[in-house]
Amino acid sequence: MTLAVPNETFRAVALSALLLFAALFVWQLASTPSGGGRTQGLPGPAAVATVTWEMLSEPFYDRGPNDKGIGFQVLSSLGRVAIGYSLASVVAIFLGVILGLNPILLKAANPYIQILKPISPLAWMPLFLYTIKDATGAMILVIFMSTLWPTLANTAFGVSAIKRDYLNVAALLQLSWWGRFFKVILPAAAPTIVAGLRISIGSAWVAVVAAEMLVGGTGIGYFVWNEWNNLSLTRVMFAILVIGVVGLILDAGFTRLARAIAYIE
Amino acid sequence: MGAFLEVSYVSKYFPDPSGRGMQCIFKDVQCGIDQGTFVTVVGHSGCGKSTLLNIIAGLERASAGGVVLDGKEIDAPGLDRMVVFQNFALMPWMSVYENIRVAVKAAHPAWAQTQVHACVLKYIEMVGLTDAASKRPAMLSGGMRQRVGIARAFSVEPKVLLLDEPFAQIDALTRGAIQEELVSIWMRTRNTVFMVTHDVDEAILLSDRIMLMTRGPEAEIAEVVDITIPRPRSRTSIIEHPHYYKIRNHIIHFLVERSRKCDRPAEAMSHHTGGIHG
Repeated sequence: MTLAVPNETFRAVALSALLLFAALFVWQLASTPSGGGRTQGLPGPAAVATVTWEMLSEPFYDRGPNDKGIGFQVLSSLGRVAIGYSLASVVAIFLGVILGLNPILLKAANPYIQILKPISPLAWMPLFLYTIKDATGAMILVIFMSTLWPTLANTAFGVSAIKRDYLNVAALLQLSWWGRFFKVILPAAAPTIVAGLRISIGSAWVAVVAAEMLVGGTGIGYFVWNEWNNLSLTRVMFAILVIGVVGLILDAGFTRLARAIAYIE
Repeated sequence: MGAFLEVSYVSKYFPDPSGRGMQCIFKDVQCGIDQGTFVTVVGHSGCGKSTLLNIIAGLERASAGGVVLDGKEIDAPGLDRMVVFQNFALMPWMSVYENIRVAVKAAHPAWAQTQVHACVLKYIEMVGLTDAASKRPAMLSGGMRQRVGIARAFSVEPKVLLLDEPFAQIDALTRGAIQEELVSIWMRTRNTVFMVTHDVDEAILLSDRIMLMTRGPEAEIAEVVDITIPRPRSRTSIIEHPHYYKIRNHIIHFLVERSRKCDRPAEAMSHHTGGIHG
């Protein structure tokens, strides 16, 4: 009799399931009120599962400003991310290409980029609120700031590392600036640029939750804050799961994009 | 009157890597290349022959002197010159078809899509890559990649083709086949070709005239050898020609013995003009 050796994927999936059960078990233990009954304890997996079912079965309801379905909240967050992220990506790629093509300019600008890069995008919030006096605009700008730097740095790096040969061919063929940009520079640096875009979408998703907790009104971050004020930790935990899953989907999209634009030299 | 492609007193200096000052790569290079001829510069690696080619291409600037093509001074790249690169320089994110199409479209911006398409197919067929048209360069062998490079260069129909050690990175067996293909394509098109190589056999097979460059620094063209072996030539027939080994030995002798002492006058031989052709 032969004994089939399970392949790697199968073993990974099995281990994943095991880890999930272990996590659920620890969670269950942590949420069971201990003897004294001092606190109510955290909501357990069962409670969160029930709320998840409730919320997901009716994602698009609207019962006033503080009671909207999770679908609306996520869409409103994603909408902000889409605007801030797209604007920042266009600016970052454009600036990054210019910096990448001009080694001296890159060297000159680099110290400022290094200073600006580690600043938490939320630190800009008061400044934006003061200058544009609009909460939504300020949130979009915070997202803009959170996504600008990884894409900018990666684009500049990717473009400066483009092989001289490709640019020489573009020069010999007398391609226009835009021809060079779209036919040579962008595709040549695309793998590095997309790696930057992928880091950026992660930061944007992190930033939007925090920004909405501060000045929300709608959005998944505002939902978390609102449910905290309602002392509904079950819903907070549900929201945490939703944030994680949406982040996962966004990241998976960029993994696909990265695969599509990859090339072998 | 100058020749079709006139290189006059071109010198190139680079900043010395060891410290202050400039290092002379080559000095006062001059040569004239007639329309429809195949001219090759042979020299040791590092003598600056590729730099000279890049100056003609417009990719690098001469420190002194100038290049005139068809009565116009060269100071930038242009579609009247196209390079076949040693490392192919194909866009790895484009298919064979797209690599050539980008060149055809650049050369003929006014053409309709169908006209461009037909032209691209013509050049892909010329190098026998019709079946590989949709493949990316990474899927191809070195020989096939350079066929794409050759097709791309011919497809813009330049006044001068510049070949920068085009066969150096191709395995020995394939190299011969592609060299012969290039000979037969050239026999049909009769482009003006400026090639740079360190492969003597390749130079004799392909060229009408071979310029021998001394070693750097301060390299110069010391001698010009006319290859009068009649065409069509093939690798097997050319070695039977009575002049073949005489020429070959002369060039190899130059490269081994004399390339340093560039000031010694050229010997008078029946198959070379001696001195610098101007």
